[in-house]
Amino acid sequence: MRNLKTFIQDFGWPRIIIFFFLVALFVMAPFVRVRLDASVSDVLNRFGQNAIMVLAMVPMIQSGCGLNFGLALGLVAGLLGATLSLQLELHGMLGFLGAIVLAAPFSIILGWFYAKLLNKVKGEEMTIAMYVGFSFIMFMCIMWLVLPYNNPTMVWGYAGKGLRTTISVENYWLHILNNFLAIKIGQFFVFPTGLLLFVALFAFLMWLFLRSKTGTAMTAVGSNPDFARASGVDVDKMRTISVIISTFLGAVGIIVYEQSFGFIQLYTAPSPMVFPAVAAILIGGASINKASMANVLVGTILFQGLLTMTPSVINSLLQTDMSEVIRIIVSNGMILYALTRKVKVSK
Amino acid sequence: MSARKKLSTLFSRYAVVIIFVIITLAAIPPSGLSIKYILQEIITRLGRNSFLVLALLLPIYAGMGLNFGMTLGAMAGQVGLIFAVNYGIANWQGLVFAMLVGLPISVLLGWVCGLVMNMAKGREMVTGYILAFFINGIYQFFVMYMLGSVIPMGNKAIVLSRGYGIRNTLNLESVRQSLDNIVMLHVGGFSIPLVTFIIIALLCGFVVWFKKTKLGQDMRAVGQDMAVAEAAGIPVEKTRIVAIIISTVLACAGQIIFLQNMGNLATYNAHDQTGFFAVAAILVGGASVTHASIANVFVGVMLLHSMFVVSPLAGQKLFGSAMIGEYFRQFIGYGVIALSLVLYAWRTRKAAAEARLSLRGVQDDSAKGNGGTAVGNGGQA
Repeated sequence: MRNLKTFIQDFGWPRIIIFFFLVALFVMAPFVRVRLDASVSDVLNRFGQNAIMVLAMVPMIQSGCGLNFGLALGLVAGLLGATLSLQLELHGMLGFLGAIVLAAPFSIILGWFYAKLLNKVKGEEMTIAMYVGFSFIMFMCIMWLVLPYNNPTMVWGYAGKGLRTTISVENYWLHILNNFLAIKIGQFFVFPTGLLLFVALFAFLMWLFLRSKTGTAMTAVGSNPDFARASGVDVDKMRTISVIISTFLGAVGIIVYEQSFGFIQLYTAPSPMVFPAVAAILIGGASINKASMANVLVGTILFQGLLTMTPSVINSLLQTDMSEVIRIIVSNGMILYALTRKVKVSK
Repeated sequence: MSARKKLSTLFSRYAVVIIFVIITLAAIPPSGLSIKYILQEIITRLGRNSFLVLALLLPIYAGMGLNFGMTLGAMAGQVGLIFAVNYGIANWQGLVFAMLVGLPISVLLGWVCGLVMNMAKGREMVTGYILAFFINGIYQFFVMYMLGSVIPMGNKAIVLSRGYGIRNTLNLESVRQSLDNIVMLHVGGFSIPLVTFIIIALLCGFVVWFKKTKLGQDMRAVGQDMAVAEAAGIPVEKTRIVAIIISTVLACAGQIIFLQNMGNLATYNAHDQTGFFAVAAILVGGASVTHASIANVFVGVMLLHSMFVVSPLAGQKLFGSAMIGEYFRQFIGYGVIALSLVLYAWRTRKAAAEARLSLRGVQDDSAKGNGGTAVGNGGQA
């Protein structure tokens, strides 16, 4: 009984409520004629689409930089990589990997500057990160209009310049991961093997990294910066590394998202993608100074499950689409919950 | 303090204002707008926005930073206006009615906001920001599903054709500019909404008076140092809640004034940018996270909005695309907030590092060099 109580306390009521809500949605699904196999397939797909962006939260949480509300910088770096890959007419797997390789220098440079900034404003990272992200997105909006891209699939037809708001990757690298070794069962169920393998690879690398010498030092910085400095760890350097990794993962994350979703979305599109990633890792049980692979896995499945199931099930049940409202309340409620919890001294 | 250092401190204190004045002045000639037109726009926008920006002052005094949670008050005001239109109460009476409806809602929301912020001390700004999103979800639920179904709406013209929920845009014809038009002065070709300005002046008077009251003094004490205030017997948490409640109620009134001037209400996203514009304005006016004055409010509203007036046209002329001007003004808005938050956090850390060095007995001149490295080493305050 005592164990159960501490478990509930550790895990937190909101997560338990969300978990049971999701279970209830799955149980209800067949009764309102929502296909269970199609739903599970959807959840798996959306898990793969979003998991790396959620994974991007881990390093900065671990190093004590808090929730990366400035993930938009990484997302924009990813968009740059993706558009450049299309501009260079790279197709198939080459195009997809090319996009990641092309995004890498941008994400490293942006991440480095971003880290320099965050190191100057310790304690205020989250609010500042949010506004740095927003203003950078707006800056890039101008850039998308004036950068000299000229691939006809990407630019506005009548003007011949300025990128479109959505660019299809259909003839380039659509579903390149999703279709890799995909297992199709029946008419509605597809297991996106390649996508999930790719996610697993990155999660494994992150897991490995957190256990390496640098990773341990980084966690030490997050747990107690003064102690870390006393034991000879360069606090700012560790934070810089964590920010760069986070930004790079953001870039990879959005490219993975695009190959599955089918479109590159530019202009203000990245800004609403940051909060769901933050909410997902918090739903998975992370706090603002502690996160693990399990948090990423659980959080992404719960959050994406909720996003997949509420429109279909609630819609059939109440004949109205309340999914948007539920999404707003759940994701922001979760962030709010994490922000208002007393920060426990981590183990 | 050496002269050069003084200058750099002065610059970092007013960097945002200086940058903003330069950008705005540079954008006026290419926009091709006449000075008279710009001045009239500024007068209109002062009446429209000042009240909302003034709502930010008290939480800054109480040390809670920029109150991004003011959006809660804006939503309360919108609910009030929806009911005023529903019952067909026109003119300024409609605005008073909207305020009467909005008042209890904004007090309740302000109280909730204060409680939540007390649970997140030191992270008030980001918490308020997220809380605004969270309450936005509840607002959407209320307006889109409750109104017209659970709460009957008499005026079918404002209800969606499906029978419940309010339409996306609400025409505020019945109350449009009813406050501005009670007495509209025409001086030298300019139209000045006198009553609106009188109300804003009264609010300024209230703020000045309030700072001198016992509660106002307590608030400043809490803003200086919570631990000391607590030790001095000031109920810290309660004082903070009161600051937020007043701010939320003022934001409610401010949003009603704002919307009566605009003349229509985008039901589901009119409040999205309320906090953003208000915060950007007060920061552009030279306020920081801990310091703000009434002057900052008016300087900020004038500067921010003169740029908003000229930038789309300047963008059109300079780059041949109005979109660039539009993106540019949002970029500047967000950038200004980011920049002033960064400068503030950076200054606080630098001051702390210098204070530490002076404790060690290092002379002021060498402190300058050491101060830099101390920051670079991440000496945490």
